Amino acid sequence: MTLYAATGAIEQGFVYGIMVIGVYLTFRILDFPDLTVDGSLPLGAAISAVAITSGVNPYLSLVYAMGGGFLAGMVTAVLNTRFKILHLLASILTMIALYSINIRIMSGPNVALLGVNTVFDPVIGLGVPPHYAGLVVFAAFAILVVSAIIWFLGTELGQAMLATGDNPQMIRSLGVNTHTIIILGVGLSNGLVAFSGALVAQNQGAADVGMGIGTIVAGLASVIIGETIFGTRSTARAFIAALLGSIVYRMAIALALGLNIGGFSFNPSDLNLITAILVVGALIAPQLKDRFLNK
Amino acid sequence: MKRLLLCVALSFFALVQGVQAGEYRISVNQFVEHPALDSVLRGMQDYFSEHGVEVQWKVHNAQANMGTATQIAQQMIGEKADLLVAIATPSAQACAQALNKAPASMKRPLLFTAVTDPVAAGLVRDLQHPGGYITGVSDLLPVEKHVEMIREFLPGLKRLGVLYNAGEANSKSIIASLKKLCSDQGITVVEATASKTADVYQAAKSLVGQVDAVFIPTDNTIVSALESVIKVGTQNRLPIFAADVDSVARGAVAAMGFDYYRHGLQTGAMAHRILEGADPGGIPVEFQKDLELHINRKYATLMGVVPPRDLLTRAARIY
Repeated sequence: MTLYAATGAIEQGFVYGIMVIGVYLTFRILDFPDLTVDGSLPLGAAISAVAITSGVNPYLSLVYAMGGGFLAGMVTAVLNTRFKILHLLASILTMIALYSINIRIMSGPNVALLGVNTVFDPVIGLGVPPHYAGLVVFAAFAILVVSAIIWFLGTELGQAMLATGDNPQMIRSLGVNTHTIIILGVGLSNGLVAFSGALVAQNQGAADVGMGIGTIVAGLASVIIGETIFGTRSTARAFIAALLGSIVYRMAIALALGLNIGGFSFNPSDLNLITAILVVGALIAPQLKDRFLNK
Repeated sequence: MKRLLLCVALSFFALVQGVQAGEYRISVNQFVEHPALDSVLRGMQDYFSEHGVEVQWKVHNAQANMGTATQIAQQMIGEKADLLVAIATPSAQACAQALNKAPASMKRPLLFTAVTDPVAAGLVRDLQHPGGYITGVSDLLPVEKHVEMIREFLPGLKRLGVLYNAGEANSKSIIASLKKLCSDQGITVVEATASKTADVYQAAKSLVGQVDAVFIPTDNTIVSALESVIKVGTQNRLPIFAADVDSVARGAVAAMGFDYYRHGLQTGAMAHRILEGADPGGIPVEFQKDLELHINRKYATLMGVVPPRDLLTRAARIY
């Protein structure tokens, strides 16, 4: 792996890390497996791309993207809480609907963002070399998001959200409306995913309707890698672990890309397989360690 | 335990190294595994071996994931190859962006291929004078030639069905030009879309009874599931025409063809010029030069059309 690729992997780890924080919120905190993210990531990208190309400030476009993601998450949560549709199914329905909606927002499947103003320009203006601008911006946003979410979960509303995932009956008996909490939580989660999508699009030079494919897989893999390697002793630590898990996951992909084994060479098409093997390796390494050490 | 881990890690990194020397080094970012895109790569590689030019290839495949395409682009910049090649639009955009941001010492020429609309994709501002580090070969279809061919089969063509995935940028621009062209010629275009291969069969069926013939552009989703369209065509005697010649071998009546292998050869020739020192910014974007006509007689009969004698004599290949 070259240094350039490693830097790139950390950069991708941070930007997708914001998505992973969103996935952690639904998957672990609310106990709500949510596949909306495969649609809300490109939704954020689409909103941001269309806003920027029609002259909106790139930073403001992030707020719009987040709002769009929040609404998408709300739709899933309302389908689940009000209309009793199973959470997985509700989120799949929102996800496939978003595919069409995203094409409509972009009036096509792809909006190019090459050579337009993006969130990186002010940072580059401050003297940061362009190839580090992504790293700086994404690290700043990711740290901001993690801090904000840790702060939020300390508030009364945040505590209610934690309790809703842990023990909905108990929290209902305290007079809290768990439906409202779930709607807020899934909304917030998808808001973060869309925010991540908006940044990804600005970084890769295009919003594309197909860019959400595999988001949930990357999200869950990152969450689980983070948990195994960095632990979940406290809520704050768990969120930081999720963010770091995202970086490790992207590193695994970078490693797989650089893989070249002398006579036997992998096909470029083996990338997904190699990545899966590397991730499985990261997952079972601690178990193997325990087994060997405890013998 | 620690020693074991160390050994594993060391042997792993030893394996990661070990790259052979070659005259030129080309890094490729292919978006997805797909017969047409694979043909482009093969054509390009064959060009160099036919011309006796030694190239050390580094081929990456994003497996249809844009996040991975971006990581591949960053990986490629780090590989410091002599030339970067991007196959298909999302990969080209990811490479262009990585290149924009790379420090001056790491900038390399970028050649895109199998990109339908390089201007809309933001890759170049001007097809004649790309400028900068980027140029390439576009696979924009000559739809007027295709419609002309279908009319030679079916002179009374009134309603033409078209099957595509609305999520593919290449198809979207082809459909736009097809609709404009057909309305000029008094032909109604009936669209059917499928967003994944599993929906193709149903989308094809929806056209039965509504159209005189079906045209399939170079759409990744539809071409991947071509057999289900052919099945609908033979069951309902509905002629299916394609834009790429590979589909004719699989059962389309005919294609005025786009041959992705030749597209690759053409890309290889352009790559060679750049490697020999030509300035990519000064090379105009190229389009497919020679089109081949392929006809499948057996399937034409099954789908109820008779290939005109004139077309048969012009065909480069008859199945």
